[in-house]
Amino acid sequence: MFDNLSERLDSVFKKLKGHGKLKEKDVEDGLKEVRIALLEADVHYKVVKKFINDIKERALGQEVMKSLTPGQQVIKIVNDELTKLMGASHEDLNLSGPVPIPVMLVGLQGSGKTTTAGKLAVLMRKNGRKPYLVPADVYRPAAIKQLKKLGDQLDVPVFPSDAKKDPVKICREAVKKARKEGYDTLILDTAGRLHVDEELMTELVRIRDAVHPSDILLVADAMTGQDAVNIAKSYDEILDIGGVVLTKMDGDARGGAALSIKAVTGKPIKFIGVGEKLNQLEPFHPDRMASSILGMGDVLTFIEKAQSVVDEEQAAEIEKKLRKSQFTLEDFRDQMVQIRKMGSLTDLLNMIPGFSKNKQMKNLEVDERELVKIEAIINSMTPRERRQHTIINGSRRKRIARGSGTTVQDVNKLIKNYTQVMKMIKKINKGGMRGLGRGILPF
Amino acid sequence: MKGNRIIMGWFKKKSKQDRKTPSEQKTHKATEVFEEDETVTINMFQESDEGIPGYPAGFQSEPDSGFVRHLRKGLSKTREFLTTDIENLFKSGTTMEDLWEEIEERLITSDIGVQTTMDIMENISKKFPKISNPDQLKAVLKEEIISLLNTQTAAPEKATAKPHVVMIVGINGVGKTTTIGKLAAKSSDEGKKVLIAAADTFRAAAIEQLVIWAEKAGADIVRHRDNADPAAVAYDGVEAAVARGKDIVFVDTAGRLHTKISLMEELKKIRRALSKKIPDAPHEVLLVLDATTGQNALSQVRLFNNAIGVTGIALTKLDGTAKGGIVVSICSTFDIPLKYIGVGEQLEDLHDFDPALFADALF
Ligand SMILES: Nc1nc2c(ncn2[C@@H]2O[C@H](COP(=O)(O)OP(=O)(O)OP(=O)(O)O)[C@@H](O)[C@H]2O)c(=O)[nH]1
Ligand SMILES: [Mg+2]
Repeated sequence: MFDNLSERLDSVFKKLKGHGKLKEKDVEDGLKEVRIALLEADVHYKVVKKFINDIKERALGQEVMKSLTPGQQVIKIVNDELTKLMGASHEDLNLSGPVPIPVMLVGLQGSGKTTTAGKLAVLMRKNGRKPYLVPADVYRPAAIKQLKKLGDQLDVPVFPSDAKKDPVKICREAVKKARKEGYDTLILDTAGRLHVDEELMTELVRIRDAVHPSDILLVADAMTGQDAVNIAKSYDEILDIGGVVLTKMDGDARGGAALSIKAVTGKPIKFIGVGEKLNQLEPFHPDRMASSILGMGDVLTFIEKAQSVVDEEQAAEIEKKLRKSQFTLEDFRDQMVQIRKMGSLTDLLNMIPGFSKNKQMKNLEVDERELVKIEAIINSMTPRERRQHTIINGSRRKRIARGSGTTVQDVNKLIKNYTQVMKMIKKINKGGMRGLGRGILPF
Repeated sequence: MKGNRIIMGWFKKKSKQDRKTPSEQKTHKATEVFEEDETVTINMFQESDEGIPGYPAGFQSEPDSGFVRHLRKGLSKTREFLTTDIENLFKSGTTMEDLWEEIEERLITSDIGVQTTMDIMENISKKFPKISNPDQLKAVLKEEIISLLNTQTAAPEKATAKPHVVMIVGINGVGKTTTIGKLAAKSSDEGKKVLIAAADTFRAAAIEQLVIWAEKAGADIVRHRDNADPAAVAYDGVEAAVARGKDIVFVDTAGRLHTKISLMEELKKIRRALSKKIPDAPHEVLLVLDATTGQNALSQVRLFNNAIGVTGIALTKLDGTAKGGIVVSICSTFDIPLKYIGVGEQLEDLHDFDPALFADALF
C-alpha cells in the first residue's frame, strides 16, 4: 500500500525545490510519512511516537545538501537514528563461564525455537565448539522428536529427553551428561509459551536457576505486530534475557518488531533467521534492519551475497560486456548459474530498493524453477545463436524448444526478456543507475 | 532475473570501489555529506516510567459471557496493562485531541493497521456530534468494527460433498497442525467420520505430531515417509477417504512463507492432486493466521489467496495478549470470511468466529 517511503517523501517534498534549510513545516510533513511507514512496519505506537519527537528536533534547521533532495535528507536522518537505536554493531552470543556452557532458547509458540536450536548448533560447530542439543519441550506433541531428527540430520548429539519428565530435571541431567561426554555448549530448546502464562514462565525461571545459562535468547517472529513490546518486556522482566533472535526474516515483513523489542528491553538482536535451511542464520546488522523497516530494501546483504558467490574476474569480465552492451545469451546463462548458487532469487530481489517499484522490473516475474528452464533453453542453442540472438527465427525456436523440452512460448519469453534486459543495460549505460532506481538507490 | 543479473554486475564494481565498513558503504553518499553529526541518544521508555501500553485498570464491560471470559483468560493477569479505560477519556480535562489520540492508539496497538484505523476514525468523527458518553463511543467503535468484519458475503459452507475436503495452509508455526487436531475433534464429536492426510512431509517430526493429534481426535490418518511427495499423500488421503466412506478430510501442509514461489507452486500441485480424485475438491482452503502477526498478515492472505484461492481464515493464539486486529483490515479488504479462532493448545480451544464478541474483546 504505502510501501515506498522514498516515493512518498518525494511527493511530499515535490514543491520544495532548492537547497535551503529544512523548515518546521517541511520536517513535520515529512515525518508524518515516516510515522506511517514505521507503523506499517509494525513498530509499536509509542515507540514511534517517541522516535518521531526526538528526530524532529534533530532534523530542524538542517541544510538540504546539494546531492540530496529534502526527502532523501529526511530519510538519511531517520535511517541514521534508527540504526543508532538498534545498536552500534553486531553482538555475539555470550559464551562465558565454566564448560559446559548452556544457552537457553525461549519464546512464544511457533516462533521458531527448534529450528533456531539446530541452526545455532551448526554455527557453534563451525566455530570449533562441541554443541549438545537438549529438547526441553515436553508439551507440544512430537517436539522432542523434531529436535532429535534435526540433530541426526546434522550429526549433532541430542540429549535423550523423556516427555514424561520435568523440563528442569531434563536440563539439569543434560548438563551432567554433557560434562561427562565432553560437549562444551548446550542448546536448551524450551517449549513455546505465552508471556502471560505464569506457571510456564515460572518453569523457565526454574530452568535458568538450575543450569545458569550464559545466554538466554528470546526467539521472536519478525512478523510480530504491536504485541512484540508486551512479549519482549515480559520475557525480559521475568528472565533477564541476553538477546534476541528474529526469525522468518526471509519473508516480506518489514520487521518493525525489532525496533520495538530493542526499545523496550534494551537487549541486542543477535541473529536473524533467513530461511528454513539449517545454515540460514545470520548475524544481525542494525543498519540493514533500519532500511528494511523503512521499506528501503537491504542492499548491503545483497551485495555481500553477490560478492561471496561471484567470481571476481568473471564479474569484471561481465561488467565490461555490460558496459559495451555485449551481453550475450551465453553470459546470461552463466550468470544464471551463479545466481542459483546464491540461493533464492526472490529473496535477493526483495533486498533491492526500488526493485518492486520499478515499472520495468515489475513485470519480470521471478520464478526459481524458470531458471532451470532458461538454462535448458540456452543450452539447446547453437553457440552462434547464443552470441547473436537476432538470428533465432521461427524454425530455430521450434528446434530449441524441442531440444530443451520446453515450448516455443517459453523460448519466445526468454528471448523477449533478454532483449528487455539489453534495453535496460543500454539505458543504464547511458543514464547510470539512477535511470533504474529513480534516484533512490543509496549508492 | 535479468534485473538481478545486471545489478549484480553493477554492485560488483560499486562494492569494490567503496568497500568500507558496511554502514559507510550503505549510506555512502550521505556519509560524505554529513560527517560529524551530533549524536542524539534516544532512550525510549527509560526516562518515563510508563510501561508500554500503560493503561489504567478498571475497564469493565457488560457481564462477560463464558466465551468472552475464555477469550480474556490470558489477558486477566495483565488487564491493567492492556485495557484502556474509555470512560476516563470523558473525564474533565481530557481534550478532544487527547481523545482522538487515545482512540488511534487503541486501534493501532490492536494491529488494525494505519489505513483501516484512519478509515474508522473518519467514520466515527462523522457520527461524533451525537456521542456524549463513553458507552456511546464504545458502542460506535464496536459497531464500526463489526461492520468491517461483516463485509464478506458469508455464505456458511455446507459440507454437502462426501467426503468434504479441507486443505489447511499457512506460514511456519502459525498453528496449522494444532488447528487440524481441533477441527478433527470437533467433526468427530458431531458424529462425522474424519480422515487426516499428513502432507507436511518436510518439517522434522511433523507427521509424528499429527499422528498424536489424530489419535486424540479419533481420526484416521494417511501418511507417507518423511520427504515423500506431499501431493501424493494428499491424493492417497482422498482416495482412502472415499474407500472408507469418510465424511471429511483434513489435509495438513508444511508451513511456508507466502513469498517463496516454488513452495507456493507445491501447494498448487497438492490442490491439483486433490481434485484429481474428486473434481471439486478441495471444498475449502483454510488459511491459518497467528494473532500475534502484524501487518504482514495482509500480505499472507493476498499471496496465499492468489496462489490457491483461500475460502476461509482461522486466527490462532488469541489467548495471548495480541488482539489480532489485522483481521479487521483483512475482512474489509478481501472477500474471505474469518471462520475460526484458536484460544489455546487443547482440543477444545477452537471456536467459531463471532464478530460481536471479537469487537467486544478489542475494547
Ligand atoms: N497459545 C496458543 N498456542 C497455539 C494455538 N494454536 C497453536 N498453538 C501452538 O503453536 C505452536 C505451533 O503450532 P503447530 O500446530 O505446530 O503450527 P504449524 O503451523 O503446524 O507449524 P509448522 O507445521 O511447523 O509450520 C504449537 O506449540 C501449538 O501448540 C493457540 O490458539 N493458542
Ligand atoms: Mg504443522
